[in-house]
Amino acid sequence: MAMRYPQGVDVAAAVAAGFVLDRCEAVPALIGKPDDFLIVTGLAGTARDIAALTHDSAQIYTMAGAMGGAVMIGLGLALARPDKRVLVATGDGEILMNVGALATVAILNPANFSILVVDNGHYGETGWQKSHTSLGVDLEKIAVGSGIKRTRTIAAESELAEGARLLREGNGTAFVVLRVAPAEPPAYKRNFDPAVCRNRFRAALLGNG
Amino acid sequence: MDGGGERWQDQLYDLLRRNNVTQFAYVPDAGHRILIDRSLADPAVHSVALTTEEEGVALLAGADLGGARGVLLMQSSGAGNCINMLSLAKGGRFPMLMLLSMRGDFGEGNPWQFPMGQAVEPVLEAMGVIVERVEKPDEVVPTVEAALTMVFQSGNAVAVLLTQKLLGAKAF
Repeated sequence: MAMRYPQGVDVAAAVAAGFVLDRCEAVPALIGKPDDFLIVTGLAGTARDIAALTHDSAQIYTMAGAMGGAVMIGLGLALARPDKRVLVATGDGEILMNVGALATVAILNPANFSILVVDNGHYGETGWQKSHTSLGVDLEKIAVGSGIKRTRTIAAESELAEGARLLREGNGTAFVVLRVAPAEPPAYKRNFDPAVCRNRFRAALLGNG
Repeated sequence: MDGGGERWQDQLYDLLRRNNVTQFAYVPDAGHRILIDRSLADPAVHSVALTTEEEGVALLAGADLGGARGVLLMQSSGAGNCINMLSLAKGGRFPMLMLLSMRGDFGEGNPWQFPMGQAVEPVLEAMGVIVERVEKPDEVVPTVEAALTMVFQSGNAVAVLLTQKLLGAKAF
């Protein structure tokens, strides 16, 4: 399916800067079998990416508020469940709100934890304003500077397999920036009730405990 | 068990551990020094140094998703940094135990501490957090014991304020 670009987005500038991949194809390709992960998502775009991929399964916790919290929710979950692989999938705007969390993650460096930033260089939910990553800010360099050792930026199809490997393997936290076109995420109506989703997630993972 | 001469800070750490608290998140503060040091020395817990207090709110939500219990230690000035993230507690009904060492109250000599210190209770209560104040050493353990029940059995967010009557005001 062709990508749908919102009105007013400077597609030529985005393409020139390397924001070309279709998130609707690249995110599923990177994640592979989603059942292998417990997944925490950011707001809007990445919540829709992952809800569409998993049919809003009980192994995902999607946010629609509390912006800036996705990485730390993932860290708390990864520390609580070293027997499971935990993936945070979030956007450039969401992670920019609390880049300090990358420093907090790096000093603990849990081996069962991976962070995927779906970076479209824009605040897609609020009218497609450019984000800092369209204006020179490099999230992978921030992660490296924070002390995260296993990092990669994926901007071409040929790099997806390497990104997928990084998210699933390794002896320390992985940080992958997936640079995508500023186009619409998948259309998917997920459950927006944060308490219902908490109970659903815990019941699936913990049983009735 | 807890000896009569033991510091309340050690009794508090032991209480949290007896109640299966395994994630200790904090922005360092003098009022929490003993708890932080004991968590760093305890191989059975995760001692999580934060860059800002709101990270701790999100961390505790993630711990709960995985079936673990945590506590967030901060100075009163950190309460303001947590406000929007406390949506997780009120909207998501994530249990949330917070211990705040107070500044900007009894005997404070730094005027910068008053705006946030005096706003802690109304601001936290506006986000649905139940606030309990402690002023005497022998109230610490019973108050946190009550808070543990309110948080992990009843699913609330509770902040226990360790006041400057308890801790003493910092000298300037």
